[in-house]
Amino acid sequence: MNSILNISNLTKKFGHLTAVKNLSFNIEKGNVYGILGPNGSGKSTTLGIVLNVVNKTSGEFHWYDGSLTTHQALKKVGAIIERPNFYPYMTAYQNLKLVCRIKEISHDSINKTLEIVGLLNRKDYVFDNFSLGMKQRLAIASALLNDPEILILDEPTNGLDPQGIHQIREIIKKIAEAGTTILLASHLLDEVEKVCSHVVVLNKGVNIFSGRVDELISSNGFFELKTSQQDELIDLIDSHTNFVRTKIEGELITAFLKLPMEAEEFNKLLFKNGIILSHLVKRKESLEEQFLQLTENE
Amino acid sequence: MKRLIKIELQKLLLNRTSKILIFISFILPLCVILLSSIKINFFGFFTLELGELGIFNFPIIWQITTYFSALFKFFFAIVVVSMVGNEYSNKTLKQNLIDGLTKKEFILSKFYVIIFFSLVSTVIIFILSLILGLIYSSYDEFNIIIREMEFLIAYFVKLVGFFSFCLFLGVLAKRSAFALAFLFIDLILEWIVLGVITWKGNYELAQKVQGLFPLTSMSNLIKQPFQRIAMTKFPGNSDIIYDYSVHFETVLIVITWTLIFIYSSFSILKKRDL
Repeated sequence: MNSILNISNLTKKFGHLTAVKNLSFNIEKGNVYGILGPNGSGKSTTLGIVLNVVNKTSGEFHWYDGSLTTHQALKKVGAIIERPNFYPYMTAYQNLKLVCRIKEISHDSINKTLEIVGLLNRKDYVFDNFSLGMKQRLAIASALLNDPEILILDEPTNGLDPQGIHQIREIIKKIAEAGTTILLASHLLDEVEKVCSHVVVLNKGVNIFSGRVDELISSNGFFELKTSQQDELIDLIDSHTNFVRTKIEGELITAFLKLPMEAEEFNKLLFKNGIILSHLVKRKESLEEQFLQLTENE
Repeated sequence: MKRLIKIELQKLLLNRTSKILIFISFILPLCVILLSSIKINFFGFFTLELGELGIFNFPIIWQITTYFSALFKFFFAIVVVSMVGNEYSNKTLKQNLIDGLTKKEFILSKFYVIIFFSLVSTVIIFILSLILGLIYSSYDEFNIIIREMEFLIAYFVKLVGFFSFCLFLGVLAKRSAFALAFLFIDLILEWIVLGVITWKGNYELAQKVQGLFPLTSMSNLIKQPFQRIAMTKFPGNSDIIYDYSVHFETVLIVITWTLIFIYSSFSILKKRDL
């Protein structure tokens, strides 16, 4: 039984607006998934649906191949959504105790999870007085209480300062190394690039890519070029079959590759044609550039 | 069920404001009743002893204690309304559901706590009235003591009904202040209905219709005892005779409203995206 969550043709409409449209993907055990998408692309709505707080309009989702009801499955899931939500007048410990009661698990793991997120010495402090970073760490502690098979995180570093972001990332990495399946929704691409093995890209509620992260980034890359003989260079690139398109920004010419080509080989070719370069760099697109391209095409 | 009550009690009792309000709504009426039983001496000029009015006689004591302590239910109503309102404003409702509570369990946990506190209050009133009655009542035959104990049932049904109404308004309005405003608006509406029907038809019909509405039916459960006290003082005066007993139909109306409120709270929550 490797499938944890299976989503097929999920649709959610808010009035006239379609927030999620015919979305399908699978979450399998042991991988770290990223859900990418600009703000308003339906990430949180999708998570809300599978977490039972948003009603779907149509489509299906099944936890554990349908062997458990959503309500039973959620007790095996650890999830935090956007903002840490706790009772402000209770202490960290009391808040976690309440979660234990809801999940029907023993209170023994509270101290252990508080230790993981570094809040053990703050356990008797009232939640209201915590900083946002501490609140978010408490939320992670709460999500870890039941030793979950899958951890769902929605924008876990949103609104945090650089130290806070770093702390949360370290915790996520540690959890991922322990073999826990993670589903991370974010619009911060380097975050996803750093921790995720698989990625689902959403735009306007539509799934535009799902697969491994390295598949998404595996393009042939591009050249950044500068020369005094700009017109000749562009003519040559346009007539060459290896390239898809060029982009000119002032002095800098960017040539995108359709077929693989080494910088050395390209330089040789140019030199043979009498074009001398003052600048030549071969680069691969980052996840960010890939993502922008993908979402632009839609 | 024990789990749901534990969850809800933890939410309530760790919150200082609701703890104070719970204390006021259940302990204050007891203090008032207890104080009224004490002989108060005004600097030797005269002594005030309410016990001499016969209000602690069985069986009238059941009506008097339940009527007066029910007046304090408004404090706990604030607690009920805010225990829903806070879940919305802290977004803990969403978190509870994500953690694995179902929407049904969420409503039930609140409803169970309402029943729990109403029951506790009823038992306290029962014990207190029994003690006061045994001390002050002129009659202490068993048959007379247990007569009119249906006021206790009416008291319990009244509290559960009223707090369920508050729960429903809390779920509907999402904010405590709005929910209390709705409560007030309903009170006015029920009087407008009375006025309009009296104007178009007659007063008797209007009263019957008004009696079907939630707040009026709840207040009809235990009628005011003043006239009855007067009746015991002036038995011959036929002007003040009225029907003070607990009616089965009224109990039924209130129970029906309670079920409607709880079920609608659940179906509103079920439809809502959080």
